[in-house]
Amino acid sequence: MSRRQSYDGVVVTAPFSTPYERYSTQTAHYWLARALKGTLDAAGLRKEGIDGLSVASFTLFPDSPVGLSQHLGVTLRWLDSIPMGGASGVVALRRAARAVQAGDAEIVACVAGDTNHIDSFRKLLSSFSRFAMDAAYPYGYGGPNSMFALLTDRYMQEYGATREDFGRIAVAQRENALRNPNALMKRPLSLEDYLEARPISDPIALFDCVMPCAGAEAFLVMSEEEAVKRGLPFARIAGTIERHNAFPDDPIQLRGGWALDVEDLWSMAGMKPADMDLVQTYDDYPVISVMQFEDLGFCSKGEAPAFLRDRDLTVTGDLPHNTSGGQLSAGQAGAAGGFLGMVEALRQVTRTAGPTQVADAKNALVSGFGMINYDRGLCSGAAILTGESA
Amino acid sequence: MNALTQMATALTRGEIEVVDLTHTLDPDFPVIILPPEFGQCARFRMEEVSAYDHRGPAWKWHNISMSEHTGTHFDAPVHWVSGRNVANGAVDEIPAEAFIGPVCVIDCSEGAAQDDDFELTPEIIAEWEATNGRIPENTWVLMRTDWSKRRGADYLNMREDGPHSPGPTPEAIRLLVEERGIRGFGTETVGTDAGQGMHYAPPYPAHYILHGNGRYGLQCLTGLDQLPATGAMLICPPLKIRNGTGSPLRVLALVPKGAS
Amino acid sequence: MTDPLARPPKKNPQKVQTVPVLPPSFRSRAAMGLTAAAAEGRFKLQHCAECGTVQYPPRDACVSCLGLELLWKDTDPVGELIADTIVHTSPNLYFRRQAPWRCGTVRLSAGPSIFCHVHGDCVKGSEVRLLSRLDRAGQGVLIAIPKETTPNMADDPELRELGADPKHRRVLITDGRQPGAPALAKALLDAGAMTVFVGEGETWRPYPERSALEKMDGVNLMPLDLTDTSSVVELAGEIGGKVDILINNARFMRPGGVLARGDTAFARDEMEVNYLGLMRLAQAFGPGMKARGADGINNAAAWVNILSINAIANDPAYGSFNASQAAALSLAQSLRAELRPGGVKVMTVFCGPTDDDWYQDVPPPKLLPGAIARSVVQGLRDGVEDVLCGDVAKDYAERWRQDPRVLERELAGDVG
Repeated sequence: MSRRQSYDGVVVTAPFSTPYERYSTQTAHYWLARALKGTLDAAGLRKEGIDGLSVASFTLFPDSPVGLSQHLGVTLRWLDSIPMGGASGVVALRRAARAVQAGDAEIVACVAGDTNHIDSFRKLLSSFSRFAMDAAYPYGYGGPNSMFALLTDRYMQEYGATREDFGRIAVAQRENALRNPNALMKRPLSLEDYLEARPISDPIALFDCVMPCAGAEAFLVMSEEEAVKRGLPFARIAGTIERHNAFPDDPIQLRGGWALDVEDLWSMAGMKPADMDLVQTYDDYPVISVMQFEDLGFCSKGEAPAFLRDRDLTVTGDLPHNTSGGQLSAGQAGAAGGFLGMVEALRQVTRTAGPTQVADAKNALVSGFGMINYDRGLCSGAAILTGESA
Repeated sequence: MNALTQMATALTRGEIEVVDLTHTLDPDFPVIILPPEFGQCARFRMEEVSAYDHRGPAWKWHNISMSEHTGTHFDAPVHWVSGRNVANGAVDEIPAEAFIGPVCVIDCSEGAAQDDDFELTPEIIAEWEATNGRIPENTWVLMRTDWSKRRGADYLNMREDGPHSPGPTPEAIRLLVEERGIRGFGTETVGTDAGQGMHYAPPYPAHYILHGNGRYGLQCLTGLDQLPATGAMLICPPLKIRNGTGSPLRVLALVPKGAS
Repeated sequence: MTDPLARPPKKNPQKVQTVPVLPPSFRSRAAMGLTAAAAEGRFKLQHCAECGTVQYPPRDACVSCLGLELLWKDTDPVGELIADTIVHTSPNLYFRRQAPWRCGTVRLSAGPSIFCHVHGDCVKGSEVRLLSRLDRAGQGVLIAIPKETTPNMADDPELRELGADPKHRRVLITDGRQPGAPALAKALLDAGAMTVFVGEGETWRPYPERSALEKMDGVNLMPLDLTDTSSVVELAGEIGGKVDILINNARFMRPGGVLARGDTAFARDEMEVNYLGLMRLAQAFGPGMKARGADGINNAAAWVNILSINAIANDPAYGSFNASQAAALSLAQSLRAELRPGGVKVMTVFCGPTDDDWYQDVPPPKLLPGAIARSVVQGLRDGVEDVLCGDVAKDYAERWRQDPRVLERELAGDVG
């Protein structure tokens, strides 16, 4: 039985995404400032209006969020740093919500972003983690591509999935991305294109991989009272989970931490997967999205390929998924990749998604996954956002 | 005109030729080989200190190292156990006049060409004297064998039983030292003794008898074929090394033009 | 099945030399245990002293019980290859050049899953064996190879890259006068070396090994005297660009320690040959080898010094000689670091007493030339840093590991 307390009284609002750029001459500070400004503008706030800040970024070095506070001139009574990559959106939300709920902060701005210089992905990789340095990079230096290639390979062996199964996810997301003016990928992708793409790390090919880029995402967490007072469209947090280093004894990762907490998630929300109007999975590789559908209860282990085969994952489909194009088609702006689904889901359930808007979207599942410390992603999280009924 | 100005004039006019009897000091020039458990003669070695570069921008120079008995070299009496108590027996003590003097050359080249172990005997000396007159006292005597023309392994001519090269018998050396009173004895081979000289009584008679009697040795000479049997002047000053038993040196001969 | 490695073609003189680049070389301090084991060709992993759990990647605390004492121990290298991938692209220059490169996950019988290099003959889902090897950066890495030997197994490009196999490589043995030189030359030729250059000093001095060396097809006798800088420089000028493996077997030794000798003459000769000779060779041949570390399949791969095991602990019966061996060993460590940017390995073959004139009065076991030759070839194939040749070397090394000071007393005869 879950002893988790509800997030009643706390809401999420003011979603903001910067446009993404493949390479940027700017710094992380620039991108984070731009996103902070964006979310504040959306809420009609000045920076003095926030008293809490949550930051996720890989490229702030040598600064930390503390340095950023002085850089941006914000005085805070609550400051958080979320070094959790793809799980940072969910984790930032959870912590900020508790802080607001407990009165430690009134309004928390959650920002995530990174720059992408010509050589910064290579540099980021080279100092990512000790286990990666000791036990991953010396072996082919494929970066995350190699690790996910192994998971994909193992998943295909174990459950008979095919590259077409993964390809359909990528193809649907590209279709969604074509509606999103901020997405980096602007050309349609066919299943043939996917299957014939340049091999990267077998069985992973070019369109299984995200494109590193520069950009930032942000949202605000405040009390419902505050949001109503300001007339802001908002979403409530129906349930959320977080888990790190789950199933350490699995010889290779075929499931994530969601599987440990999935019952809590749904019982806390009082909902079931079928209630979701859209799903934002963390899609650094299609195999990870597949895993999330399974581990979050949409189908049993190994059945996601079959489950997804019968569904339309586009904005207008029966299971809208990664409606902004996801990282696979919008781009991965470093830690902002962990915010992408959260911010898009927030737009969806507040009916502000514009061209990617799913009709009558009220309930959204957002899932995060991050930090390939060695051979697997260690952080997982999920949140259910609910908007007002239309 | 005194004798020296006469000589200077003769040198300028080319009436006296200067013959170099020295091998080039070269790292690959053979040295005497002793049984491995004994101390060995150091080979000539040269290490560059700088060559107009970061180690010395405007100059080039080398550090060199070698034995007292490397290359064309001089043996002092203290080199041998028999000469250890000889007065003025080290190179720094030997009176300078010993380093210039008349030289007789005994040509053994024909015999040495036939026999690697060719011996210089009293008979050969007698024969030489029959032609050239008695060897005067206090002269240098050089044994010409043309051995200096040998190259590589043929020079030491090492076999399983040791080196084979020509040299004097004990009797010949005794005759030269005790009866003729020579100043020193020189050879083209690596030592003043024959390659198999350890088998004589005493072993290494040239070293033993020469040095025991305060006489000098020269070895690894070359160009002896350019010297007359008599009438040349030898110049052979070793380095002035404290208590030195020998020294590499430049050996020159002054030869009247047309005499060789 | 691995395709047999073809003899490399002659170099195209119009092509720019391929510059050596290295695989990632930074490691945590804990991970250096893997490197230390690989340097000896041993497959070791950390075992928790408290609960016995085998750890990987290397840790500072036990993943099972938080025990802080993690011991590097020989470990069962067998496991199952449960997933694999071929890396086609990498931001790292080394792997970008080496691609395609096979990697995979091996579930070790001993416990952990290990991401490693994978030999081309390994079959997914089958049993494999893990080897600990030094990569071109000189760091310990693991490679899965088939459990049973396959044809041309050593020619697998990944395995070859992790070793310094003499096959198709050109070797310089520095001293033909050493009693072991003919056996060494023969072993290298038998191992597929393309050419074996053998240095000989003082050609004016005959030596018995010469006739054996002269008869060998593939042996080139070259003038080389390690005590003569000009000779070393000249030979490097002549063949320095085609020495892929340099084996320094030169040795000058005489019995005796400090007091028995009474002078420094032999000590100087020992240092001239054993220490300064190595220095001269390294100064003359090192830069060329370092630059040729990525020169195709017969790239410059290894530098080998054959030393006495007493380089690590002095036996006063040969005290002065052993000091020169210690000097050479120390210099080789410097050389190893200096050659590393070129990806050239430096290997030491530690020998016990050899069966020759200078160890006449030392009781057996003594090393025959063939044993040293086999050790050199095996060490090159395995790409290790240390080879312990023979029982005496192994015994001393073990005692040294246990306590160097006790070994010092043992070698001095103070221990009954």
